[in-house]
Amino acid sequence: MKLVVLAGTPGAGKTSVLLHTIKSLISDDKKPAVVKVDCLWTDDDRRFKKFDIPVHVGLAKDMCPDHFTIYNTEEMMNWADEKGADILLNETAGLCLRCAPYPDSCLAICVIDVTTGPNTPLKVGPLLTTADIVVMTKSDLVSQAEREVFRERVLEVNPGCKIVEANGLTGKGSFELADIISKWPDVGDDMVLRYSPPLAICSLCTGENRVARKHHMGVLRNLDGFMEYKGE
Amino acid sequence: MTINPISSLTIMGGVDKDGKDEPVRYVEIVAGEIVGIVGPTGSGKSTLIDDIEQLAQADTPTGRTILLNGQRPDESIRADPRRKLVAQLSQKMHFLADMTVEEFLCMHARSRGKDESLFSKIVELGNTLTGEPIYPKDHLTSLSGGQSRALMTADIAVISDSPVVLIDEVENAGIKKQEALKLLAGEGKIVVVVTHDPVLALMSSRRIVIRNGAMVNLIDTSHQEQEICTKITNVDNWMLSLRETIRRGDIVEDKI
Ligand SMILES: Nc1nc2c(ncn2[C@@H]2O[C@H](COP(=O)(O)OP(=O)(O)OP(=O)(O)O)[C@@H](O)[C@H]2O)c(=O)[nH]1
Ligand SMILES: Nc1ncnc2c1ncn2[C@@H]1O[C@H](COP(=O)(O)OP(=O)(O)O)[C@@H](O)[C@H]1O
Ligand SMILES: [Mg+2]
Ligand SMILES: [Mg+2]
Ligand SMILES: [Zn+2]
Repeated sequence: MKLVVLAGTPGAGKTSVLLHTIKSLISDDKKPAVVKVDCLWTDDDRRFKKFDIPVHVGLAKDMCPDHFTIYNTEEMMNWADEKGADILLNETAGLCLRCAPYPDSCLAICVIDVTTGPNTPLKVGPLLTTADIVVMTKSDLVSQAEREVFRERVLEVNPGCKIVEANGLTGKGSFELADIISKWPDVGDDMVLRYSPPLAICSLCTGENRVARKHHMGVLRNLDGFMEYKGE
Repeated sequence: MTINPISSLTIMGGVDKDGKDEPVRYVEIVAGEIVGIVGPTGSGKSTLIDDIEQLAQADTPTGRTILLNGQRPDESIRADPRRKLVAQLSQKMHFLADMTVEEFLCMHARSRGKDESLFSKIVELGNTLTGEPIYPKDHLTSLSGGQSRALMTADIAVISDSPVVLIDEVENAGIKKQEALKLLAGEGKIVVVVTHDPVLALMSSRRIVIRNGAMVNLIDTSHQEQEICTKITNVDNWMLSLRETIRRGDIVEDKI
């Protein structure tokens, strides 16, 4: 089984690009299955169902959607396997720029919208810096010069990545992506994350709602950057 | 790494939106030629431009193949901007990057492996195409449509100085069209221009007609059309000078 984890900020064009890519994969006799993870709501499953392939939605609700994705990776793989798929395409919610839910042997694709401007690659963090492939979408909305400057910024933060310029409306780049996916090796046993998830060991994580400082315990960082442990 | 001079670009026909073979199977464009692309909105003009930009190898939805000097281009040429053979002026009229003109141009020069000091030349050249002056410290997002277009055009002429130039609907941009086209076309380049503008369409030596995603016809610009082109160019330049007069707050005195 191949595992493709597709991450990127909301509305970046993940589903649009995937739809074109799935079409290419199917015409190439591959058997993809899709799991979309989101926080509260999504209608991406409806869009994926236009193809005759297995589609599943996972809603993380009050759990961090990326933590939810990681926790459920094994279950998703088993599900795809039962459905007779040979490629699991996992579209994440991509809300948290501190998390990067990429296991080591998956194909990690970060989808990024060029209309957000060339400073965005500096802000996206591990989602972008640890990806194998960076898909730049919506290039139709900017000039070639702006696209090339954006590309330069992406390479500054992730020098080893391969950049694919795709268009979610016309399908540009989808043949290339499908080809990369087809050639990617299957995942190994005992996958390990590429990037450690953030600290989640403070009283807020356990449901403390009061704002005042005195109520909080755990590993906490001050506005000035100083990190401390408060508690017993 | 050096690239051989490009003496021709060939578009090998693919399929239309219904998957049927497109009627025009083969278009060869030679260095120094300007070719137009015309057709209704949504017919597939930008898609053809994209195929050329990506040097498609039957790996885009249209199934077209692009040849350079009659041969399949090397894989590495396709992606790396430092080796890019194609410069493209897209339909977009505005910059979205939150940077100054100078910062942006320097970074673009770097991405193309060019010297950063070229930025002042670009600004200077851009200012010859538009009535409203552009300054290096201006924020890109604050430029008008005409200023942005002028800057994009000058950027292509200087930084993205590539043997193939693709232009997607430059018209209504408030810049000197003909001068812009001359600047972009340079000497001995291959120029493909998508346009509904009679001046630009008739300046080309041939035009490809697109319908339902397919190249359906190839028209040679006739002598009569060339004469018409000269006439409407004069009208066009007159319009532009009137615009500038009005913008300056002056009174229009010219007789018809
Ligand atoms: N102009 C343009 N629009 C695009 C492109 N790709 C996607 N879009 C549009 O962007 C919007 C969001 O696209 P989606 O594919 O739903 O984005 P997403 O990343 O899957 O969004 P979520 O799943 O909600 O996070 C849609 O309106 C698309 O039509 C593109 O290349 N160019
Ligand atoms: N040969 C083709 N095969 C399949 N789809 C096509 C083809 N040509 C164009 N299209 C599709 O038609 C739509 C409109 O094309 P576009 O190039 O944007 O038109 P125009 O620039 O003429 O307004 C796009 O979604 C594009 O993917
Ligand atoms: Mg989506
Ligand atoms: Mg168009
Ligand atoms: Zn998180």
